[in-house]
Amino acid sequence: MYAVRLWSVRHARGLSRFYTWFEQLLVWKTPLYRWLGYSRIERPTAAVERVVKGFLFDCRMCGQCVLSSTGMSCPMNCPKQLRNGPCGGVRANGNCEVKPEMRCVWVEGFRGAERIPGGLEKIRVVQPAVDRRLEGSSAWLRVVREKTETTP
Amino acid sequence: MIFEDEPVPGYPLPILPGHTSPGRLERVLRTAAFAVTTELAPPDSADPADVLKRARIFDGYVDAINATDGSGANCHMSSLAVCALLTRVGYAPVMQISCRDKNRIAIQGDILGGAAMGVCNMLCLTGDGVQAGDHPQAKPVFDLDAMSLLNIARTLRDEHHFQSGRKITYAPRVLLGAAENPNALPVEHRALRLAKKVEAGAQFIQTQYCYDMPLLRTFMRAVEDLGVLDKVSILIGVGPLRSAKAAEWMRTNVPGIHIPDAVIARMAGATNQATEGRNLCVDLVQEIKTIKGVSGVHVMAYRQEESVAEVIDRSGVLAGRPPWHPDRDQQTPADRKAS
Repeated sequence: MYAVRLWSVRHARGLSRFYTWFEQLLVWKTPLYRWLGYSRIERPTAAVERVVKGFLFDCRMCGQCVLSSTGMSCPMNCPKQLRNGPCGGVRANGNCEVKPEMRCVWVEGFRGAERIPGGLEKIRVVQPAVDRRLEGSSAWLRVVREKTETTP
Repeated sequence: MIFEDEPVPGYPLPILPGHTSPGRLERVLRTAAFAVTTELAPPDSADPADVLKRARIFDGYVDAINATDGSGANCHMSSLAVCALLTRVGYAPVMQISCRDKNRIAIQGDILGGAAMGVCNMLCLTGDGVQAGDHPQAKPVFDLDAMSLLNIARTLRDEHHFQSGRKITYAPRVLLGAAENPNALPVEHRALRLAKKVEAGAQFIQTQYCYDMPLLRTFMRAVEDLGVLDKVSILIGVGPLRSAKAAEWMRTNVPGIHIPDAVIARMAGATNQATEGRNLCVDLVQEIKTIKGVSGVHVMAYRQEESVAEVIDRSGVLAGRPPWHPDRDQQTPADRKAS
């Protein structure tokens, strides 16, 4: 929901802190996921993720969440799906070039990043092109697997 | 400028040590001469003569010519084709690549194809939304953004493989560029965005129109503070305004264009507004030349392309340096020595 999305950016600091804790919780439960099997929990987890992040951020389930690097403003809501900052067409009032009634996702993103400690350093990191195959999959489980399976 | 190793027109220059392309633009930028680039509006026609006619207007005043890629989301001849026509003659085109119309498969193919046709400069852009153009019913692609496009182009050039990891046998020798708009929100973070583009692979930047000099100076200082000035050549966008009314229309209707009230007032106060627009442009070019970290100007004079020569000539920024054009080297060796 648009209003909630803007609220989330205003509370980027708290949400970012919560997510750090939540991610640790997810990683801590890794043995449970392994026991259940990632393929079995993928669909229910993605469904929960869709509802929670959909409500908070208007999440589009790209499957490779970068919210903590974009000031808690989901870049997939940008009509151009820009994941690396705003385009040059931002209106003088800070609204979107394509959807004049909507705040620019990236003007909001920078506001959010300013509120998160270290947020402006994170927003500077170049995000690679999206892997469109991951659309609809759970980014949470992906993060857990990356954290637990790449580090020995 | 005339290089010692001038090739037959249409053939590449040798790549100098430390350079990434066999192009004229990179040579000019690396000699720290004040560079001038401009924009060619690709024709709504399949006639190559229409392209060459449009290029000739700039002869002797520009170091490179950008071929826009469906600018404003309007349909025209493709940038790749315009560039291929221009390189045959010997011009130094900048191929604009917009992410709006093609996915990564098509774009990477175009980068290889463009380089094969002699294109030495590529400008990686996000592109305007389709709603802005003459085909609002089209599907916007945006598979990549300008930043990931830069990344992929650099990988092709430096690591010799596609994004998929599949190897290529001969890398595209290109100079990579990107755009930036110092005027658009969030203004205070635009320099950071430029630095990010440099990190992603941009070697030169061409900006949106800049009419607000104090704002530009602040922007350039911020860029300097981020420590990227020695890694990138920045060309500032300028253009003659046709009238106060046109300027007013532009700033209200074209997203991302900022024209201060003082500029509009100066235009409105003039008896001949078109002349005043060119005078203003000359003043801007001269002032821009004094700003630290600026490598040149990118003159965008849509539908008044003939004014580019006048503006550059009157501003004196080329300082007698003749950029390449088809007739330049037709001189006798004695003339050549004299210049």
